[in-house]
Amino acid sequence: MNKIVYLDNNATTRVAPEVFIEMKPFLSDFYGNPSSIHTFGGGCRKFINKAREQVAELLAAEPEEIIFTGSGSESDNTAIMGALELAGPEKRHVIITQVEHEAVLEVGHYLKRKSYRVTELLVDRKGALNLDLLADSITEDTAVVSVMWANNETGVVYPIEQIAEIVKSKGVYFHTDAVQAVGKIPVDLSRVPVDFLALSGHKFHAPKGVGVLFVRNGIKMPPYIRGGHQENGIRAGTENVAGIVGLGKAAELARERMSADADHEKTLRDKLEKGILATCKDSRVNGANRLPNTLNVSFEFVEGESILLMLDDLGICASSGSACTSGSLEPSHVLRAMGVPHSMAHGSIRFSLSRYTTEEEIDYVLEHMPKVIDRLREISPFTHQIA
Amino acid sequence: MWNYTDKVMEHFRNPKNVGYIKDADGVGEVGSTACGDALRLMFKLDDQSRIADARFQTFGCGSAIATSSALTEMIKGKTLEEAEKITNQDIVSFLGGLPEQKMHCSVMGREALEAAIENYRNGTTGKRKLEGHVVCVCFGVTEDKIRSAIRDNGLTTVEQVTNYTKAGGGCGGCIPEIEEILAEMNGKKSSEEKPAKPQPKKLTTLEKIRLIEKVIQEDIRPELKKHGGDLELVDIDGNNVIVKLLGSCTECGITRFTLNTLIEPKLRQKVSSELAVMEG
Repeated sequence: MNKIVYLDNNATTRVAPEVFIEMKPFLSDFYGNPSSIHTFGGGCRKFINKAREQVAELLAAEPEEIIFTGSGSESDNTAIMGALELAGPEKRHVIITQVEHEAVLEVGHYLKRKSYRVTELLVDRKGALNLDLLADSITEDTAVVSVMWANNETGVVYPIEQIAEIVKSKGVYFHTDAVQAVGKIPVDLSRVPVDFLALSGHKFHAPKGVGVLFVRNGIKMPPYIRGGHQENGIRAGTENVAGIVGLGKAAELARERMSADADHEKTLRDKLEKGILATCKDSRVNGANRLPNTLNVSFEFVEGESILLMLDDLGICASSGSACTSGSLEPSHVLRAMGVPHSMAHGSIRFSLSRYTTEEEIDYVLEHMPKVIDRLREISPFTHQIA
Repeated sequence: MWNYTDKVMEHFRNPKNVGYIKDADGVGEVGSTACGDALRLMFKLDDQSRIADARFQTFGCGSAIATSSALTEMIKGKTLEEAEKITNQDIVSFLGGLPEQKMHCSVMGREALEAAIENYRNGTTGKRKLEGHVVCVCFGVTEDKIRSAIRDNGLTTVEQVTNYTKAGGGCGGCIPEIEEILAEMNGKKSSEEKPAKPQPKKLTTLEKIRLIEKVIQEDIRPELKKHGGDLELVDIDGNNVIVKLLGSCTECGITRFTLNTLIEPKLRQKVSSELAVMEG
């Protein structure tokens, strides 16, 4: 494989070598079923329990509040549907935001079709929410409010502590999709009164296929996969032992390294950002108050997929909010919600860094980015309108 | 990730005939930044009335650039009569295929060529005007364009129509109409009768103003916001509603269509059929 500069860490991350080492025995010699009576199988149980403690520690939660799932999307779906069941059939109102990940947004659309009233809160040009509006939107029949901790496309971080307090003061269930936040910024559930939280392992150097649903102690979460006692009877199915062990280790690493990683990523991200804005005319950053690792930048007059294809030829991996990259015809719902003009949304590129990103890689991108943009602008009809 | 053919990637990486012809004989422009792709096609004829030079400028994805490049190569050396016969499928074949969702790029190429030839023959503006009935407001797609895409490519489903023309790919509000066109062209009759319209009751001026504000807030603004646009109610004078378009609506090439096909019909439908909307 040629040189790869991987700047798409909000899509997925490299499995940390320390994580891989911990997982390996459970993919080879220790293949037992944790539910077995014999020591060979049942002995694996304690490794699952350890992982549960590691995750709980990262979140400042209790181990029994951690349910292992198959993905962040599963956790998001389950939290919202579970909250509706708990709230009872007469509560027909759900509040989400316009910038949620599809794992929440599509649940909202589904609920609308099922005759729920779904409020999608607006964001401003910087991607921020109006908390007064949020408070005013909560009514007698509101069952659950779901607001993401950090946005996957722009990296905008939401004030979840304040939001959770507003929602809880009205006695309504609160869920947060923290898939992009956990492992990148502090998530302290001993202080932030969320009822449910979703996270995903592969966003912070654990493998794909394992996630967590946090359910606050005292909430009697109804089972959603029946047929076994696993995960407290809430999610039946033989555990993904290797994945869970990997997630536990990744959580431990994230906790130990969080501030060093964040500093590292922010330094490089800021360098990338300044460099691009300085060398590429008519470019601008989308979103304010962001995760330390995310840069979403729009380039006028050029289209995102073309940029990505050219970057791909250089071994640079990024992503775009342009319509063409997804096969849909409309650009990113997040950028549109922020009022980014269509022309700029089509030309948006997201770079997302990790602890493994090097300065050399950032320099490489900075060297090539203006060339790519210039080349595409030479082709574009909008850069040289008839004089 | 798209499965682009080697030929598409070759024309994307090294596009042929990028540029501008100052004294072009024909210029055709289609698309806009708002729509996600746009193409300006230019040609110059020699004394034999053959296309001596063809150039393009394209804003768009990999396949939009590749189809533009391919098209200019295909029309060089041809008379306009010959060039006219090139279909979007010919462009697709030249490139060894395009992903289904990218077929609209080939249709855009074909349209730009038509516009450029029209520009040469009639001296009319090379900008493709939206004439006739607009079915898809989001992307400004006319009924004629949908019908010719269905005819030229033997389309049978709404999804295909969206892939080839973009119509129906935005808010989806026009999908029933596309279904009707498909049903009619494919020989089936729409069996559903349209329900009778309810009779609106006479409103007081105050009720009318309130209702207009409500419809703008609940029905119109969310549609415009999807496109990064917005509007402001300036005044209401009798049955004349004066609005100001804001945000990306102001830069959008289909502003008038937004007024005529979204704002006015919505207000007429929900408030009074006598309303007229104008920009202030």
